[in-house]
Amino acid sequence: MGNFLLYVEKGVRVFNLIRKIVLLSFIALYTSVAHAELTIQITKGTEKAMPIAIVPFGGQAGQTAIPVDIAEVVDNDLNRSGYFNTLPRKDMLTKPTVPEEVRFRNWQVLGQDYLVIGQVIPEGGRYNINFQLFDVYKNEQVLGYRMTVPSNELRKSAHHISDLIFEKLIGKKGDFSGRIAYVTVNKEPNGRKKYNLEVADADGYGPRAVAASYEPIMSPAWSPDGAVLAYVSFESKSSAIYVQVLATGKRTRVADFPGINGAPAWSPDGSKLALTLSKDGSPDIFTLDLSSRSLTKLSAGYSIDTEPVWSPDGSHIVFTSDRGGKPQLYMMPARGGQVKRLTYDGAYNAGASFSSDGSSLAMVHGNKGDYRIAVMDLGARTINVLTGGPLDDAPSFSPNGTKILYATKQGGRTVLSVVSIDGRMQQKLVLNSGEVREPAWSP
Amino acid sequence: MKLNQSVLALAIAAALLLTGCSSDDETATDFMDGTQGGTADANLSGYGDGSGISGSETYGSGYGTGSGYGSGSAEYPNAYLGSEFSDPSNPLSKSTIYFMYDSSQVQQDFIPVIAAHAKYLLSNPNRRLTLEGHADERGSSEYNIALGEQRAKSVARMMKVQGVSESQLQVVSYGEEKPAVDGHDESAYQLNRRVELLYQGQ
Repeated sequence: MGNFLLYVEKGVRVFNLIRKIVLLSFIALYTSVAHAELTIQITKGTEKAMPIAIVPFGGQAGQTAIPVDIAEVVDNDLNRSGYFNTLPRKDMLTKPTVPEEVRFRNWQVLGQDYLVIGQVIPEGGRYNINFQLFDVYKNEQVLGYRMTVPSNELRKSAHHISDLIFEKLIGKKGDFSGRIAYVTVNKEPNGRKKYNLEVADADGYGPRAVAASYEPIMSPAWSPDGAVLAYVSFESKSSAIYVQVLATGKRTRVADFPGINGAPAWSPDGSKLALTLSKDGSPDIFTLDLSSRSLTKLSAGYSIDTEPVWSPDGSHIVFTSDRGGKPQLYMMPARGGQVKRLTYDGAYNAGASFSSDGSSLAMVHGNKGDYRIAVMDLGARTINVLTGGPLDDAPSFSPNGTKILYATKQGGRTVLSVVSIDGRMQQKLVLNSGEVREPAWSP
Repeated sequence: MKLNQSVLALAIAAALLLTGCSSDDETATDFMDGTQGGTADANLSGYGDGSGISGSETYGSGYGTGSGYGSGSAEYPNAYLGSEFSDPSNPLSKSTIYFMYDSSQVQQDFIPVIAAHAKYLLSNPNRRLTLEGHADERGSSEYNIALGEQRAKSVARMMKVQGVSESQLQVVSYGEEKPAVDGHDESAYQLNRRVELLYQGQ
């Protein structure tokens, strides 16, 4: 499998920033993050995937070049999903762009099950995109679509096409249109560490720093509508939880109590945060109503209780506690109440993430100093270890629950990795310098 | 060194002041879109931590790796308080308490160090001590924040038992976020599971 360099450098829309002279000093900082690129390396592919050919999209004769190779984006999305094996362009015998040019036999001899063709035609500053998905053996079209988009949404529409194809052929919603948030840590020449909270497309494209500090930033959490991030920042020399609207940059400090302010998690209706506060002594789980700002304490006692996550129906909260001596996962009603222990397998189970259907939990699963990502089926209560360790951390389910994003070590550096929940497919998102950690996949 | 002390004190004062007067709502520095709020509320930034351009200098000398604040790389971070803090034969010269894996229990070896600092605080009631708790990188990062705090609180509890006033002690946990030593093996982890005892300003 090849390596895909997924995007060019960040844009240089630095010009507006010069308006505020007090911010001049940020330019040096800006430069230091401008080269932060994420590259995807597929480390484990799959042989039993569905063969599909994505033909380069055509256009009208003489039209100007299209800024995004839509077919390539779709090809990469589907290939990396673990469900598809895409046909390399060099192996294509013909490159049809309209249905009349398709000869199914050409694709049958290449062993393809499905074929995607399409066109991108500029019109008045926008682009008309249409594509067709064919079943090569049944000789029939199974999906056809038209959309009109501005040029800055070409990539987005390519991911949307991937979502549509995935859903049609696999029967689950695609998750190629999602975004990821993560924290990068870069050591500057003078030894200072610079922490950036960044947001990028799920394929690593187009990263944008949304907060930066010389003190740690941690635990980004997406609001259910994907519009707001909650996170922990130590910028005032102690932890505080902030909530930041991505579109406007407006942010609010919502928790700044003595001690730990950590592990924010949004309720499924977006009205509350579950969080960890140690203001009463030991770290306990609270919920914070975001409009009234009222706090409700859900757990108490001398043990560590942290890392709350909501069940997708909002009825329960799963959290990490060392009340039994070692960190394990527990569950309680979202209004507080009786606590049930969930994990017994392994000395260390922490940092839970719920799948969107509520059927399984991903976690950091540790044994004898070896930490891997595992998934527990909540019905059968069985644990399935997906990764090789030894320093895997911060699992986050993709929106459709087929993949898990997590942090791992590669050559002494922290990088992000994606594994399919059946363990068939694995890929790494490698930052070209510094470390990348604490990933969170948008809903 | 004299310069460093005053810069450090200044930086802390500035940080406290800014925290004190910051508003609740603010616009984050969204420098990619240029939609930064520019409220000059330094609390939002983490950048500069204070006053824009000169703020970065403050960082370099006051908080940067190498100067000891939070980095653990300086051997005697409290040396400016007096010669006893840099005299290797004096337990006050030790400012780091190390811990076993996934434990917040203080080991015997460090009891004399904690006792010496407690005694110093008792006879200097105006001094305030920050106990910075840390964890190694293994496992979940928010759990490690909790673990780091428990470590710092274990040390603080021993000091309080000896009569130190709660108001002289401030606990903060950085979990695995600020390792003393980069590295991914047990020799690095040993040095990272720690509580740093750092006196505040003058």
